[in-house]
Amino acid sequence: MTTTTAASADSGERAVPKDSPGAARGPRRPGRIRRIALPYLLLLPALILELLVHLVPMVIGIFMSFKELTQFYIRDWGTAPWSGFDNYKVSVDFSAPVGKALLHSFLVTVGFTLLSVGLCWLIGTAAAIYMQDTFRGRGLLRALFLVPYALPVYAAVITWVFMFQHDNGLVNHVLHDQLHLTDKPSFWLIGDNSFYALLTVSVWKGWPFAFLIVMAGLQNIPGELYEAAALDGAGLWQQLRRITLPSLRPVNQVLVLVLFLWTFNDFNTPFVLFGRTAPEAADLISVHIYQASFVTWNFGTGSAMSVLLLLFLLVVTGVYLLLTSRGRKTADV
Amino acid sequence: MSSTAQTAPRASKAPRSPMAPPRSFLWSRRIFLTLLTGFVLVPVYVMVSSSLKPLADVSGKFRWLPSGLTIRPYIDIWSTVPLARYFVNSLIVAGAATVCSVVIAVFAAYAVSRYSFRGKRVFTVTVLSTQMFPGILFLLPLFLLYVNIGNATGIALFGSRGGLILTYLTFSLPFSIWMLIGYFDSVPRDLDEAALVDGCGPLGALLRVVVPAAIPGIVAVAVYAFMTAWGEVLFASVMTNDTTRTLAVGLQGYSTLNNVYWNQIMAASLVVSVPVVAGFLLLQRYLVAGLTAGAVK
Repeated sequence: MTTTTAASADSGERAVPKDSPGAARGPRRPGRIRRIALPYLLLLPALILELLVHLVPMVIGIFMSFKELTQFYIRDWGTAPWSGFDNYKVSVDFSAPVGKALLHSFLVTVGFTLLSVGLCWLIGTAAAIYMQDTFRGRGLLRALFLVPYALPVYAAVITWVFMFQHDNGLVNHVLHDQLHLTDKPSFWLIGDNSFYALLTVSVWKGWPFAFLIVMAGLQNIPGELYEAAALDGAGLWQQLRRITLPSLRPVNQVLVLVLFLWTFNDFNTPFVLFGRTAPEAADLISVHIYQASFVTWNFGTGSAMSVLLLLFLLVVTGVYLLLTSRGRKTADV
Repeated sequence: MSSTAQTAPRASKAPRSPMAPPRSFLWSRRIFLTLLTGFVLVPVYVMVSSSLKPLADVSGKFRWLPSGLTIRPYIDIWSTVPLARYFVNSLIVAGAATVCSVVIAVFAAYAVSRYSFRGKRVFTVTVLSTQMFPGILFLLPLFLLYVNIGNATGIALFGSRGGLILTYLTFSLPFSIWMLIGYFDSVPRDLDEAALVDGCGPLGALLRVVVPAAIPGIVAVAVYAFMTAWGEVLFASVMTNDTTRTLAVGLQGYSTLNNVYWNQIMAASLVVSVPVVAGFLLLQRYLVAGLTAGAVK
């Protein structure tokens, strides 16, 4: 361990270890080549797998969206005729049934995502801030709050399906039989109510993630900041506004984006909650495209819809990062 | 974050204000946390209590308290559907995906954290952006790709556990790499440079010095990878057949029967949740520590 002193304590850029351990290794050429190749070798497995499972299929997907890929060509999809932008035209022709349904599904997804992300963030942040100080039972409560996040999606959502049952579910029993809030038992998994059912399940499942991340972010705020603020006479509310929330900004930037992408693309929750065909009021885009591809066997149109979805997410993410990063810079200076 | 404040010694984990918080704050905290606990616990209670109820209790009107307790559902779940087989499949798939994902992520994150090389930024941005892809976009192409690879090489990826392992490990890979980069960055470079000088190769330095110092981060990543693979539904529903079916799809077998055995469904849900929830709760301290050191910095 004595040799550590040789490496300067704080030379700033030390990302290239091959220069620092001394000149003795310089002339050995095979070693040098190995050292240059090493980072690439280390990355290779990850790179190959990402290419195989994500990037190549994505390219194939884009390719398929320009083909007339219906059930007649599914056995040998290479022979399907080219169709130019036809699949895209069908998808965005909002006066025809296919385009209209897609637009509706898109709008439902946007509304659902905004509400779900907002609520998850709010509940998660509030809980994390309330639990910043130690109190009796905090550890237990924290573990408890993480249970919805830890449960496998299907197990959790199936439980909610049971609770939302018309005749033997808990929700109707409480709202109708016990609180008498409704005239007759409601349907939760079909019709307009299904939107609220989906939102409830999504928030129940999603908020602990926000809680977890904000909690981790809070631990990076030095306690001295609060002590100094308290000495200066700042109350709890001011400490929250001047210290906690500004310090959480970088964490929130990533957290909100991740929550947005996960919620917008969520397939598991609606699929387990409603089955293959979601009710119109809760027709999220992933299930809609799945339905358009696998139920009607029209994979070309399904691919075109997926590509449009990806483009939308790329634009939103780009604009979001641009706006939040710029806001952050001006706020810091 | 304001860098001036952080130059102070960071030892203090003191309570955040020397004064006792006002009563109004304590009351609002009590009310908020109580309501939240109720919201979180009700489904858990329904799952646990319904799994111990006789069938009559779950078929008629919902009742908070069971008319009688029975463990029959826990015996019946194994024969109604081949749950044991699904369970083994899920264990194999999630376990293998986790191990592979963690090993690959450790190597990749070490390269990004310790070396500067051409294409580093492109790599990290590309890997992270795959998180954004809607799963539905590459479900069908991946399905066709696996079928074609199978036809060309004889390696069965479609319908096999191998294909599912391969798919799942790439799902958790981007987040794992990202989190481990942050974690490795927080391990002092002096440590692995000392190991290099002492004659370890770069891999020796990684395995003997960096990995042991980053265990909490690695555990956190493993937990995440396992949960991702254990809970995935979309690809499992398309890419498995009767012998390779995992719990995510298999559990739906209980509700396709004429009579919906809700007590058995709840019992099965509980049984498949126990391994992940128990593991998660045991290791959640590492996850928080890992996130604190890595992802949220």
